[in-house]
Amino acid sequence: MMNYGSGKAPEPGPGTPGPAIKAADLTVVRGPRTVLKGLRFDVPRGQITGLLGPSGCGKSTLMRAVVGTQAKVTGTLDVLGEPAGSAPLRSRIGYVTQAPSVYLDLTVRQNLEYFAAILIPGRGYADLRRDYVTRAITDVDLESHQDALAGTLSGGQLSRVSLAVALLGTPELLVLDEPTVGLDPVLRRDLWNLFHDIAGRGTTILVSSHVMDEAERCHRLLLMREGEVLADDTPDALRHRMDTDTVEAAFLRLVDEATAAEKSSATATGSSSTKETSR
Amino acid sequence: MNTSRTLATAARVLRQLRHDPRSIALMLLVPCVMLLLLRYVFDGSPRTFDSIGASLLGIFPLITMFLVTSISTLRERTSGTLERLLAMPLGKADLILGYALAFGTLAIVQSLLATGLALWALGLDVIGSPWLLLLVALLDALLGTALGLFVSAFAASEFQAVQFMPAVIFPQLLLCGLFTARDNMQPALEKISNVLPMSYAVDGMGEVLKHTDVTANFIRDALIVALCAFLVLGLGAATLRRRTA
Repeated sequence: MMNYGSGKAPEPGPGTPGPAIKAADLTVVRGPRTVLKGLRFDVPRGQITGLLGPSGCGKSTLMRAVVGTQAKVTGTLDVLGEPAGSAPLRSRIGYVTQAPSVYLDLTVRQNLEYFAAILIPGRGYADLRRDYVTRAITDVDLESHQDALAGTLSGGQLSRVSLAVALLGTPELLVLDEPTVGLDPVLRRDLWNLFHDIAGRGTTILVSSHVMDEAERCHRLLLMREGEVLADDTPDALRHRMDTDTVEAAFLRLVDEATAAEKSSATATGSSSTKETSR
Repeated sequence: MNTSRTLATAARVLRQLRHDPRSIALMLLVPCVMLLLLRYVFDGSPRTFDSIGASLLGIFPLITMFLVTSISTLRERTSGTLERLLAMPLGKADLILGYALAFGTLAIVQSLLATGLALWALGLDVIGSPWLLLLVALLDALLGTALGLFVSAFAASEFQAVQFMPAVIFPQLLLCGLFTARDNMQPALEKISNVLPMSYAVDGMGEVLKHTDVTANFIRDALIVALCAFLVLGLGAATLRRRTA
């Protein structure tokens, strides 16, 4: 089932033993549905790993499991060498949810000041916090709006405020759930440049998207479909292996193959209700 | 628990409120207007105004804080900021105490205004110390904050949260002894009123109304209200989950 590519070997970040995220038999149940079905994958450190797949395939659930806000997670999931969700990880991970989660009745700067105070509490760190806040605002290019109420910002600006909160305090791992949804092409390009800058500083980024052209800008890709990993590879290797020009075409071909395999196995066993892929 | 994080949270809640002057005005002025109204409704019977007015000084902060807390924590849950905070190194106690501190401060201002107006402008006749009235009002505000936090876990929308007000507060209002002495009620109702915290808030106000010094009954009433507040705050903390489905 798993496809480990033979592409470029991942370059490990500076002084970092082991992968940033290590999953084995990772299963998540939500209500009656098994959303993630026994995933096994590694996310290397210091790189941008793209999590791609159609909506509803389990991307957000996987991200929530990584940051430790998802209930009913079984199997192994180690993040930065610790079990996902353990207390010491909370200050080492930056997390951006799909919907911007900031206080609409505070200004941009006040939002960041509060979250910075949670991350690095204490009066002695006031200067450090101010530096972090200023840098985060600069990173997402919102200097001119820093004293505006978040509720008065446009959708794109608001999602950048949410991103800025995650950038506070130089996290080792950034988990970004569709951070570029609803942004114009210029902003999307700028944000991806920012992601590359951040990764260049040694931060690991796990970013989800259902826009396939963004896949080309990732170092590695995890392609998901219906709670399973279809491919875990570099964009180059993936295009090469599927013999396509774009990651999008490669992904579609993978999906078609998986669907065809499902159908044939269903007819072979004579049971049309078997939806699970054989492994 | 971490004091800096608690204080930062309280400061943040107050900052949010500062951007909403209309809400602040409503919270502070409505109790005063109600007392003014009450004073002239009972123009012919000042004794009734004394007893109902004193009770209301304890009930206003409870209702206001219940509403404000249930709506603000519900917003925190639905906007995703709660999930974000709980994914960060914030203790649940920091969050809850931060809210309690912020709204407690507001409750003090509200009670100062309402008590001051009632005692010195409207001629509310209280034998005991006004500070004791203020103490009970503050405990009631804490209880309101605690109840609001707790019910916000069971409300899926702000619409539902507002409906919890009549569901949780009105029965207590009817049974707390505001309308008729509790021992005149049907015995079953009296028993129920014995386990509802608002009854003790109103009893406590009554003690201040009738006695010059701190009575044993007053201490008992105040302790019960405080204990209930902390109990419900604990229950509220249990509804904050780091991991959700």
